Amino acid sequence: MLLGDEAVAFGAIHAGISAAYAYPGTPATEIQEAVQKYSALHPDAKIKADWSINEKVAYEEALGCSLIGLRSMVSFKHVGLNVAADPFMSSMITGANGGLAVVPCDDPGMHSSQNEQDSRFYAFFAQIPCLEPIDAQEAYDMTREAFDISERFKIPVMVRSVARLSHTRGKVRFSGEQKQNKLKIPENFTGWNVLPSNARAQYDSLLSKQADFIKWSNSHPANRIHIEKGAATGVIATGLGFNYFMEAASSSGGASYSYLRVATYPVPEQKIRELLKNVSTLIVIEEGNPLIERLIWKYIAETGKKIAVKGKLSGDLPSAGELNTESVRVVLGLAALKSSAAVSSDIVRGRPPQLCKGCPHADTFYALNKALAGKTEKVVFSDIGCYTLGFYPPFKAIDSCVCMGASVGMAKAASENGLKYSVAVLGESTFNHSGITPMLEGIKRKSPFTVIILDNSTTAMTGGQDTICIGEDLEKVVLGLGLEKEHLRVVNPIPKNLDENAAAILQELEYEGPSVVIARRECLQIR
Amino acid sequence: MKLDIIFAGVGGQGIVSIASMLAFAASEKGFAVKQNEVHGMAQRGGSVACHVRISDKSVWAGIIPKGSADFILSIEPMEGLRYAGYLSPSGIIISGNQPVKNIDYPDENRVISAIKKHEGSVVIDTAALADKLKNTKAANIILLGALIKKIGLFGPEMESLIKKRFASKGESVVDINLKAFNAGMSNI
Repeated sequence: MLLGDEAVAFGAIHAGISAAYAYPGTPATEIQEAVQKYSALHPDAKIKADWSINEKVAYEEALGCSLIGLRSMVSFKHVGLNVAADPFMSSMITGANGGLAVVPCDDPGMHSSQNEQDSRFYAFFAQIPCLEPIDAQEAYDMTREAFDISERFKIPVMVRSVARLSHTRGKVRFSGEQKQNKLKIPENFTGWNVLPSNARAQYDSLLSKQADFIKWSNSHPANRIHIEKGAATGVIATGLGFNYFMEAASSSGGASYSYLRVATYPVPEQKIRELLKNVSTLIVIEEGNPLIERLIWKYIAETGKKIAVKGKLSGDLPSAGELNTESVRVVLGLAALKSSAAVSSDIVRGRPPQLCKGCPHADTFYALNKALAGKTEKVVFSDIGCYTLGFYPPFKAIDSCVCMGASVGMAKAASENGLKYSVAVLGESTFNHSGITPMLEGIKRKSPFTVIILDNSTTAMTGGQDTICIGEDLEKVVLGLGLEKEHLRVVNPIPKNLDENAAAILQELEYEGPSVVIARRECLQIR
Repeated sequence: MKLDIIFAGVGGQGIVSIASMLAFAASEKGFAVKQNEVHGMAQRGGSVACHVRISDKSVWAGIIPKGSADFILSIEPMEGLRYAGYLSPSGIIISGNQPVKNIDYPDENRVISAIKKHEGSVVIDTAALADKLKNTKAANIILLGALIKKIGLFGPEMESLIKKRFASKGESVVDINLKAFNAGMSNI
């Protein structure tokens, strides 16, 4: 019984990867953790699987492996692909030598994320093949396959997961293990240097591969089609939407449908045409943003028939949040399953996540609140991590949280545009990830802002992964960026230091230049 | 045969661990099984649920549809009620009686009586049983024992799994968990 994420890891390991690169983020974290666990148990396998400093670097690392002919995987949560978008999009121009699989894990429903973006659109945008598994077995099989087709088409390939796949266990049967590729330096580097003259030729080559991708997709066995004689309603379902459809259809009270599961992209055009031949109503069920529901009109126009389309765009399925069997029953016109009467809605209260009892962040927030007490012209820009929970009572200590590292640039700009007390609060892992470059800018521009780095020596929210630079090394980095030594303060956030820490923060807030306060105490979860 | 079970509680109570034990045992027996877990933000003291689906046919969705759950096992009473809408008409809640009050908590007696309004539901005195075992963290295994008794399957498999899973922590830990499991079996 493996998690979807673990199945992805084993698919990659058995495909002969030499390296896996990743930055922790729910729901993708367990992929890299599984590779790390395997690698630690099998040192002879020689698989590199350290955490990367951020997703852009992770992607570039995987691409570097690919250039020298080795197989590598890069994984992160969906928004990590935004960070990695620059090398990702350029790698469609360079192509791949050794197989390169990119595995973003989406989070429809935002269980642990700031948005619901659907990574299939990135594959569509980049014009590369994408596979969409629906259970742990397929997560294993399709990840393996991704490396083969990446080498066959000489292009990076995406495997798209979602939270409910990444975090659902199922039985997985392994197939044979493939040996790692041997290091091979390319004979010709033209394609790897994206000067416009080279890039134009490479882009032509990518465009000319599209027909091959579609051919591959048309014949892929996961794109399962079923034509029900006499059924006027056809269903196209993708990703977990297919599971919910099959579940709903198994207790449909006799209603039956023609259906096509789309599991590979670009879409299997032939099979779509075949399905459309027989139907007058089409229901499109997609986990994520409607992609096929947007593409489908081209194929409907070809039929010359009038076909009604029901899906998210038409309002027949909810546009936000995850799909489930209930919402799919509704779009299929099936009655809801009978439930035991729910009697308790007035008793049950929400229980949002909260900081652990004794968390060092809590002490820093109390000190910051004390330092800012009575000040009106103030904004506390914060960031992604456990400390984002400082938004809730009893702290109410932070105002904004946007994306990894955003706090630093936002606070810097607000300070130089007139905000008196402009503070950034972020963890040391987030600072490593995306805080260093805006910090350098703020220091060189002498912006009057204060950055509080919460150094708990781990990436806590995702379960305690190593941070690459902590403690004294982190101080050296900050000073190395050019910060004046007297405006780097290191405090110990414990309850009895409240007054002292608040005073230190206040002094730096009053200083009209860049300052950094490092609040250093180890996370309770990793003791 | 089909079994849909929701394991409910608060982050850190050992929900995932007992859910995975049942899922593993059923899978070893040849059933189709899916187990959905919660990772990430909610684990920080938030409400956590884990879905286990077992069938002798195929299991499609990883999450249980509303109106389909046969059991809700809740280590924390209010968390069991949170998912009551998932119960099938014959489904029941098996709950412990130890509330986690890290929020503005509703009246405890109302919570317990609301659970009992679901016909056949049981509230087990996990507080007293865990106290007797001198192990405050045994509630999850006690409730697992109670659930297995109600299901009427996987009893021996679960005992050997407890022995295996806790072996690395020493004989006394194995022993206390076996006792907890049996306490659950015999107190429902």
